[in-house]
Amino acid sequence: MTVDNKHMQHEPLFRVVKRDGLPLKKTILIRAAAILLAFLFCGLIALILIKANPISFYEAIFNGSFGTQRKVWKLLKDIAVLLCISLAITPAFRMKFWNIGAEGQVLVAALACAGCMYYMGGHVPDALIIAAMLIASILAGMIWAGLPAIFKARWNTNETLFTLMMNYIATFLVAYFLIKWTPSGSSSLGELKFGHLPRLYNEYLLIILVVAVITVLLHIYLNYSKHGYEISVVGESEKTAKYIGINVKKVIIRTMLVSGALCGIAGFLIVGGLDHSVTENTVGGLGFTAIMVSWLAKFKPGYMVLTSFLLVFLDQGAAQVSQNFDISSAFPNVIVGIILFFIIGSEFFIDYKIVTRAKAKEGTKA
Amino acid sequence: MFRKIVSVAIAVMMLAGLCLSFASCSENTGEFKIGVILLHDEDSTYDLNFINSVKAAVKELGLDDKQLILKRNISESNECYEAAVDLVNDGCTLIFADSFGHEDFIIKAAKEFPEVQFCHATGTKAHTEKLSNFHNAFASIYEGRYLAGVAAGLKLNEMIDKGEIKADEAKMGYVGAFTYAEVISGYTAFYLGAKSVCPTVTMDVQFTGSWYDETLEKNAAIALINGGCKLISGHADSMGAPTACEERGVPNIAYNGSTLESCPKTFIVSSRIDWTPYFKYICQQVMDGKTIDTDWTGTLKTGSVALTEFNETVAAEGTAAKIEEVKKQLMDGTIHVFDTKTFTVEGKELTSYMADVDTDADFTKDTEAIKDGYFHESEYRSAPYFDVQIDGIKLLNTDFG
Repeated sequence: MTVDNKHMQHEPLFRVVKRDGLPLKKTILIRAAAILLAFLFCGLIALILIKANPISFYEAIFNGSFGTQRKVWKLLKDIAVLLCISLAITPAFRMKFWNIGAEGQVLVAALACAGCMYYMGGHVPDALIIAAMLIASILAGMIWAGLPAIFKARWNTNETLFTLMMNYIATFLVAYFLIKWTPSGSSSLGELKFGHLPRLYNEYLLIILVVAVITVLLHIYLNYSKHGYEISVVGESEKTAKYIGINVKKVIIRTMLVSGALCGIAGFLIVGGLDHSVTENTVGGLGFTAIMVSWLAKFKPGYMVLTSFLLVFLDQGAAQVSQNFDISSAFPNVIVGIILFFIIGSEFFIDYKIVTRAKAKEGTKA
Repeated sequence: MFRKIVSVAIAVMMLAGLCLSFASCSENTGEFKIGVILLHDEDSTYDLNFINSVKAAVKELGLDDKQLILKRNISESNECYEAAVDLVNDGCTLIFADSFGHEDFIIKAAKEFPEVQFCHATGTKAHTEKLSNFHNAFASIYEGRYLAGVAAGLKLNEMIDKGEIKADEAKMGYVGAFTYAEVISGYTAFYLGAKSVCPTVTMDVQFTGSWYDETLEKNAAIALINGGCKLISGHADSMGAPTACEERGVPNIAYNGSTLESCPKTFIVSSRIDWTPYFKYICQQVMDGKTIDTDWTGTLKTGSVALTEFNETVAAEGTAAKIEEVKKQLMDGTIHVFDTKTFTVEGKELTSYMADVDTDADFTKDTEAIKDGYFHESEYRSAPYFDVQIDGIKLLNTDFG
């Protein structure tokens, strides 16, 4: 038995090998194939489980976002809101600071914003209220994001747990103020009459434009500014950053303050521009969905436009499936889960390839 | 890179423009359609009650399934307004929303679409908002609670007669959501129903500070049982309290629907609002081109206030017959639930009470509710406004601690 043969016997049938950067065309092709496969698979499942005609099933998913002109506007607005929160968490993620507290940061900003509307409404002009709402929201977001950052920088606490816990504090703060603000005991604040953001054409356009500007600015900040460079270096290696004279603590705190401020703007847009009220459910999990948006786009603001489109599109499609086929939301949520599974799975095939024993042998011969 | 961004942006805008121009108009066939906006879906007993009712109404009216559109999981935010607009675009001429917090967003839609009728359950603003196409509805569920209370009192009497408990140990527990009039009116009616047959009864109320929180509700029920409560009822939307009772073998009076299947050893009866009569009424009015009442209160007579089947193995003997008798008396007005002779406030009979009927920012108490010897609940508006703290009921935690 030769040495080579011995080696062959210990080699597994399959093994996973890291790929070196695939050409862009190929990665796009793999992703497109994954999405196509996912939809075909879901159509099949829908056919089997809810006896849905595949054509009307796909039609429902498409119509969820594009069925009427209103739905297209809603799609663009939902993308804008989700994108805003995703942009907010991105600088910290680039620095490998795992902030999963965007939900709470936006919620506390929403509460601060509603607080301004509640206490100032009717006493001062709307313009002044709106200015106060913006400042209060940004400050609230910055405090909620800054606290875990200070603890991380000074005492190296675990930022994931810290930011997660801050979410609960935000939720209970909202519950507390709702009870305080509604003496009837209903805990439902209702629409606040003052401090509504102005409408441009409709109530969505202003939000869409603001987030578009933030996207471009954040792209520039991350890629073409000294701060952006420092964030990348800290993310790669804290030791390197220290060695080249970057004040890591300062970068951590500063970046989280930027994150918090952007979350604050998101809360301000939601309450001032859309809801004009606040509940514990105002952010509705977008703070967590944003993590997926940012991650799938590899923390690049430009790509995040696409990933947030994808998630909002799936969400609206799922709601439409629930409506058209008159089923509870459980099944459509399974569909969204399957599609995301395919998409995230495709990332694996972009980064790695599977090599079988036979192929590996050929490889060594060649 | 900048050029790349600009080109992507232009591409996105072009795509959006294309979609906007291609967006097909809604299929509006002129046929009657009702749209229903729900806070949750079938998993919530509260929403399930609405889903079952509207489906029953559509069936009884002989309408096609396609004439009913359900929007599930619509939060109490601008999303509710968006859902309403969507339903209008889908051709609905009648839109119903089921949650208290939906109200302001439905009013916003009602102002924008004056040709569409909007109905809202549990709300309080229709009679002051004065929009011809916005309507509130509720039911005199306190009457159902009173009847359920009679069943509870009879069960306690049975325990006393059997020697299981002493007369002064007849204490009930109640798991409440918030210190809100709807809850206060409900537990007070329940207590007075029990007291009408079991004079020594007292009651503890534990609040959860949430309309739906299974763990909190279960823990509240356990705390009440540990505190000596011999029978549990409640007003919150999960299975928390009934499950706790089943585990500990304590009789339970449920709400929204029967829990017989999961709690066969402890379930006695449940009161519920049957929304079918209201759904039938509003559909018929819109189809006939007639107006809908601004504020509609369903009663025992309209069939809106209902009790489920009794669980004969747990209920005391003769409960069904007694309930039937009391029900008749309530319907013909020989007894009133909030008869001021049957309860005291700080040891005294209540002779006057200003209730907050008209919604305003300061929650002004604006309407005298006591007349002819009883509190007129759900008469000046459909949503409950009885929020008096009466003797015999102890609130354990009004601050939801």
